[in-house]
Amino acid sequence: MSVKAKLHYFNGRGRMETIRWLLAVAGVEFEEYFFETREELIKLQQSGVLLFQQVPLVEIDGMNMVQTRAILNYIAAKHNLYGKHLKERALIDMYVEATMDLNDLVMCHPMQPPEGREKNLALIVDKATNRYFPAYEKVLKDHGQDYLVGNQFSRADVQVPETILMMEEMKPDILAKFPLLQGFKARISNNPTIKKFLQPGSQRKSEIEEKMIPQVMKIF
Amino acid sequence: MEFTELESSLREQAIRSSLMAGKPKLYYFNGRGRMESIRWLLAAAGIEFVEEFLETREQYEKLLQDGALLFQQVPMVEIDGMKMVQTRAILGYIAAKHNLYGKDLKERALIDMYVEGTRDLIDLIRVHHKFSPEEQEKNLALINERATARYFPVYEKVLKDHGTEFLVGNQLTWADVQLIEAILMVEEKVSTVLSKFPLLQDFKTRICNIPTIKKFLQPGSQRKPPPDESYVVTANRVFNRK
Repeated sequence: MSVKAKLHYFNGRGRMETIRWLLAVAGVEFEEYFFETREELIKLQQSGVLLFQQVPLVEIDGMNMVQTRAILNYIAAKHNLYGKHLKERALIDMYVEATMDLNDLVMCHPMQPPEGREKNLALIVDKATNRYFPAYEKVLKDHGQDYLVGNQFSRADVQVPETILMMEEMKPDILAKFPLLQGFKARISNNPTIKKFLQPGSQRKSEIEEKMIPQVMKIF
Repeated sequence: MEFTELESSLREQAIRSSLMAGKPKLYYFNGRGRMESIRWLLAAAGIEFVEEFLETREQYEKLLQDGALLFQQVPMVEIDGMKMVQTRAILGYIAAKHNLYGKDLKERALIDMYVEGTRDLIDLIRVHHKFSPEEQEKNLALINERATARYFPVYEKVLKDHGTEFLVGNQLTWADVQLIEAILMVEEKVSTVLSKFPLLQDFKTRICNIPTIKKFLQPGSQRKPPPDESYVVTANRVFNRK
């Protein structure tokens, strides 16, 4: 099977991870080009493929796509993961925008100075458990369906579990008060493509190691 | 998104339900903030809307208690029977519903890339007033640099490369509306910012002459002025910030 997408990023989660998840779930094979130094990023910038001089960059269907949300929207729409009509798309967008807000907090957490880490962790956990997770729990409760929107699998059912798993890495019992989200997470994790993506050896990236942080910050 | 018969009939339904539901209602402060791009897009699409301005903590707490704010945040827009939150979700819905989101997936992809770019630029300006005077000086330099070295060259090139009036697909889209919003915002801070971008200057003139946009740019419209001290004070009071 031919590779359908090429990803340019550093070898870590960052803003590319959600894209990896969605491509994997959509069954789109992808190759990854990792840069490790600032010089390599600069070379990419000078080559003219980065519309706004930034990564992520995904080469897909003849386009050099940049901007995380643009890329995610394209993959989702193309692979039937964006709902059946406008109003479903609206719900999906609301739910995934919130996961991206939470992901941003998680992504920036390692860059906090050591003194600020504990407080920042508490802030993230507070937002997850008091703002975001209650909303998703209620959505599942109100319609009693397996998926978040329109009784069919969508990108929301990829992005919310992705965020849940990252939050569990920070606080293993974070879903303690959310029984429906626990069930949802278990169900989604059993989806064959997701199950495969969650196994060792997949293109899913691990949490950034403490010692790698200075190097990554130098790149950007 | 595919423009099948299903899609068209559902869009008809959405429009019909919006006629029944009344005008969109915007819940936010009496200022630009994150709501301004939504005001722009509704105005450009010729959609009349009403606004409820948050002025007290009690108003905000009532919205919370009523369960009106999915993630406890504003902007919130009541539209077509939904209480929509999350700026990009709202903008995407309005754009798609009103034919401002391109003809197919690839046009949508371009529009998304362009609006994400202008979003980043607008966000630099959106927070500017929160900074101390020294930080503002640095931020101003950053805004100028980003506008003239990162974002405007891209849009200038897009216009140059295909020689059409609009950024995508030869018709007005969300990308054009958000770009004109960004241009005007930057010009308020750096009045000469378009000096090296002749095509963007033409673009600005053309887009500002579109009747719906021309109307929005006139005094008395629902367009909001740049943030001032009272805006900051109100926001802090509503959100209980020190």
